[in-house]
Amino acid sequence: MRLAPDEQAMLDGDQGEAVAAAMDLLVRYGEVLGAERLVDTDNVCGANLFGSRHTMVCGSPGPDAAFAEHSLDAPAPLPIPAVRAQSYQLIGPMDTRNWEVQGVSPEERDAVVASEAYSAEHGIHLMNTCTPYQVGNVPVKGEHCAWMESSAVVYVNSVLGARTNVEGRESTGAAMLTGKIPYWGYHLPENRFGSHLVDVGVPVVDTLDWGLLGYWIGEQVAEGVPVLDGITATPDLVKLKHFGAAAASSGGVELYHVPGITAEARTVEEAFDGAAPAERLAYTPAERQRTYEHLNSTGRDEHVDLVMIGCPHATLGQIRDVVRLLEGRRVHADSELWVFTPRALREVAESNGYARALEAAGARLMSDTCPAIGQFLPKGTRVIATDSAKQVHYLPAIMDVQGWFGTLGDCVDAAVTGTWRGELR
Amino acid sequence: MSTRTLHGRGLVGGVAEGEALVTTEALSGWGGVEPRRGRVIELRHELVGQSFAGKVLVFPGAKGSSGWSGMFHMSRLMGTAPAAMVFTTMNTKIALGVVVTRVPALTDLDGDPLTSVRTGDWVRVDADRGELTVLRTTG
Repeated sequence: MRLAPDEQAMLDGDQGEAVAAAMDLLVRYGEVLGAERLVDTDNVCGANLFGSRHTMVCGSPGPDAAFAEHSLDAPAPLPIPAVRAQSYQLIGPMDTRNWEVQGVSPEERDAVVASEAYSAEHGIHLMNTCTPYQVGNVPVKGEHCAWMESSAVVYVNSVLGARTNVEGRESTGAAMLTGKIPYWGYHLPENRFGSHLVDVGVPVVDTLDWGLLGYWIGEQVAEGVPVLDGITATPDLVKLKHFGAAAASSGGVELYHVPGITAEARTVEEAFDGAAPAERLAYTPAERQRTYEHLNSTGRDEHVDLVMIGCPHATLGQIRDVVRLLEGRRVHADSELWVFTPRALREVAESNGYARALEAAGARLMSDTCPAIGQFLPKGTRVIATDSAKQVHYLPAIMDVQGWFGTLGDCVDAAVTGTWRGELR
Repeated sequence: MSTRTLHGRGLVGGVAEGEALVTTEALSGWGGVEPRRGRVIELRHELVGQSFAGKVLVFPGAKGSSGWSGMFHMSRLMGTAPAAMVFTTMNTKIALGVVVTRVPALTDLDGDPLTSVRTGDWVRVDADRGELTVLRTTG
């Protein structure tokens, strides 16, 4: 890999040992990829909050040691300087206000709070969300980014036309300190054209439809670049957020095109750069039905212990929709309804009275984390329901629970009645 | 005793020998493996419940969340990492994953390792020379 003079200087230690270790990691990583060079980035989203589980394996409880080991893969504990690139904390392990509800111990809470303070001191913006694009980090078309979080990567690549691969903790940590990332994969314009043409033969209207379509496409194309033909109703942020998250979970989709709607393709021809699709797929009512059944295949018991909304993190609009669906109703005594949102939106939801309304109905507004990332559920939870294809894909596997998938209305109904009554309409 | 050798691209240097653990299914890191015991936990994966600790993991590569590298990184810190990794499909998850796992790693072999090697075979990975050698088969 060719290094620019500033990159070579960082590798040689001109900016200290931690920056040299970061550059060393990027060089090792770039060479494995077969990248020819690095590219500048001033937009890095990574996950750098550590609890006692992380620090105890470093041989030292210090936050410098944890960052050096877990975020840089450095060979030894190093003093870490302030970050160079604009850097953002993604979703983390703990809701700083509802940690007790999560079942976090006071010691573990203190460790995460200390890690947050350390990140803040180093200039990492504490967004604490899987959807940075909802709370101010909205990359522009063509911008080179270094983001973790598959649902965020597919959103900014596709909807906004920014450029990032799915990065990991160590590559984002190194990018934060250097402002560099390997120029490979979706950073290169020639890799951003479609591979599969999907003929969408079913009206795709609500969030459930978009989740089903995304999950099905991910299973079909794996890491391909699907191009959707036949979309007639313009989707909003929420629908595309659910679509991308589902496609990234069932497959490994990091980029898709909806010609005329997403950033980089006005037409199908443009999406394929004039070439023929490598493969053609047809989404029919039968595929829609099968995908719905597949997503509900772990659900057996009708009694629902927890309804989870906010995967990826809910918008203000989604929170308001839950509030309206709950109007005049109350969450069942044997169920819970948890809504997850970015930390910043929680503030607005409180100003708007949504948080109070949720609590008055027996629901709960949470932030910063989610049950899959934080690996927590209400005690005794055996059955969950969610409007997120991604969450119902992961949570039964991670937490050994049954999962139901349906519309937001089905989910709120389940929370109010304590019973799953969803069906595909 | 006959031996078979495949040649490819060494990614992370070093030499390791061990029992092969082979799968034709890509592995999830976050949510798919448990580093404390170095086990696969993804429910629908053919290796579910099996340990890769100290074995030569032969697999297509990485799928799933961007937490992939972090889980294998953790397995190294906990002493449950594979002895070596041999894979066929490159992406950013597996690239970063093998770098931070810091075990000998190979790809771009001149034969398909997923069919040339079977679970239980005793294999040697020489990533400095770019060689995967089956020293003893399960018979």
